Amino acid sequence: MNFLRLAKRDDLPREKEWIIRIAAVLLSLVFAGLILIIFGLHPLEIFRTIIEGAVGSEMRIKQTIIKAVPLIITSLGILVAFRMKFWNIGGEGQIMMGAFAASYVALFLPEMPKALTLLAMAAAAMVGGGIWAFIPAIFKAKMGTNETIFTLMMNYVAIKFVTYLQYQAWMDPAAKGFPKIAPFPERALLPHVFGVHAGWIIAILCVSFVYFFMNYTKKGYEIAVVGESVETARYAGMNINRIIIISMIISGGLCGLAGMIQSAAVEKTLSVGISGGYGFTAIITAWLGRLNAIVVFFVCIIFAMLIQGGAYIQIALNVPSAVADVVQGIILFFVIGSEFFLQYRVLPGQRLQRSGKEAA
Amino acid sequence: MESFLATCIVAATPLIFATVGEIITEKAGVLNLGVEGMMLMGAVIGFMAGLTTESPYAALLGALAAGAGGALIFAVLTVTLRANQTVVGLTLTIFGTGFASFVGQPMLGSMVPETVGSFFAKRSIPLLGDIPFIGPVFFRQDIFVYIAYLIVVIAAVYLFKTRIGLNLRAVGESASSADASGINVEFYKYVHILLGGALCGLGGAYLALVRVPIWQADVVNGRGWIAVALVIFASWNPVKALFGAILFGGLSILGLRLQAMGFSVSQYLVDMIPYLATIVIVILSSHKKGRENQPPADLSNPYFREER
Repeated sequence: MNFLRLAKRDDLPREKEWIIRIAAVLLSLVFAGLILIIFGLHPLEIFRTIIEGAVGSEMRIKQTIIKAVPLIITSLGILVAFRMKFWNIGGEGQIMMGAFAASYVALFLPEMPKALTLLAMAAAAMVGGGIWAFIPAIFKAKMGTNETIFTLMMNYVAIKFVTYLQYQAWMDPAAKGFPKIAPFPERALLPHVFGVHAGWIIAILCVSFVYFFMNYTKKGYEIAVVGESVETARYAGMNINRIIIISMIISGGLCGLAGMIQSAAVEKTLSVGISGGYGFTAIITAWLGRLNAIVVFFVCIIFAMLIQGGAYIQIALNVPSAVADVVQGIILFFVIGSEFFLQYRVLPGQRLQRSGKEAA
Repeated sequence: MESFLATCIVAATPLIFATVGEIITEKAGVLNLGVEGMMLMGAVIGFMAGLTTESPYAALLGALAAGAGGALIFAVLTVTLRANQTVVGLTLTIFGTGFASFVGQPMLGSMVPETVGSFFAKRSIPLLGDIPFIGPVFFRQDIFVYIAYLIVVIAAVYLFKTRIGLNLRAVGESASSADASGINVEFYKYVHILLGGALCGLGGAYLALVRVPIWQADVVNGRGWIAVALVIFASWNPVKALFGAILFGGLSILGLRLQAMGFSVSQYLVDMIPYLATIVIVILSSHKKGRENQPPADLSNPYFREER
């Protein structure tokens, strides 16, 4: 590092910020294109097909929205925890437990009217996801237990638990030996609004709620302060343990709600695949959205397009949909890497500069 | 019993590689959650190299290089470009998963070539293999297993008995102090991230070349995450990691074994035990503040000299 020197940027103009970001995306596409060429694929055709698959017809747009909904809600949950620098990577498990709680209401509670059933499912899901997040939170608050590993392990416990339900305890005898849980009754299915299940309305409500909560309420402010500096928060007399626990319950509750939507609208039952990796993808989207609810919303839509378009290239071009994962990974690496250039300027190193001074 | 324990060792071997690799990485103060991705990259490239060259050495080298290659992406982004370790690690896992299923697509269902397969066949170590009980369990295994034993010993000596290992631990405990005492922090991080990745690649290759010698896209199947858990379970000690891996490997086949013996135990619930055990260990290690079993103090804290 002798010939290069770094300096922190103070204020980068908005336009320049976007120029760097867009340049990163373009570079990543060029790079991904080269890799696709190496493997004998036609990059432009693949990119075009991904976009076509995401927004090419009304049905595909609906599919993209369906993919975006759980991602948005989970990302919002992750966002609340990450603002506090609580590394909740347990989104998968919280989605699972939310879906589990909702399924319990749908399958085993006495019959209720549809509206009541759905409300009870949503409430149960938020409690289920919330409890799953509360467990690591209380240990973090009381004993300083490492939350990254704890939440990660909770994912696996949840996955194994739902596997157990699906393959054993709740297996539907009517499914002729297939390891499936009975489908939800009609009253437990989310209704459609404008041709897409009502989850999209819930997602938009959640975006507004989290945006308002984080930016305009005392609790939201406290979460941000704890994230910036625990010492400052303590000095200001905040109850840090309580803030950790409350924000994690909100975080897990939102993830649980995503689980309820997936079970009540997409899978129409409970299954091991219900979290679909959204808990992990949401970490990336929340981070790329700079932990701002509105930006996260748009990042999630772009991601959903990639997911949906990636599934489409398999059908359209007979190219494995894993290509989309590779392209997605490359774009992510470049965008994550470009953040550096938003924060630092790379200057010529000291030796060069000294000679410059001498010349002057 | 002997055969069950011998199978435990086989189940443990990929975990040993990945866990020791991640221990080395974490000792440099870096938490790389891309273990699963690097294992998959090692598995697919190792398998491909073995399939095309029919040479077991090429397979091993390919796996090492692929794991290290994945780790290099991680190192450039987190060390040089200062990106968030959790985010990059997860991205690496997504990328590695896609990479393996994409690169491996044409090989789906292919068998490991005979030359490679026979090289990795079980062979008894003279003398050691004849010890009653211990021999059949530990020393009538394949070459990968013996490499794994060696790596555990080498890693333990390296970390705890050498000067460089001491420096490495200093980087992980307090990067700024290490920097002040003249250790090249960035260089140490780079080297050990790459080493860790190479070992993860080997772990993945074991699964693809020996455990299930037919290519399938989901060979690793969550073992990378178990390795991340095992690091804590083993409190960052390679020797403990060996026993932890055997324990976890054993648990992963215990349920089926018990069912075969007529007990009605659900494998799905037995599968939970390793994760629950890890949670208990994490809680205990945060409770008793013994200095021995703590994570490196600077773990996952980025270090930028200019921002001290």
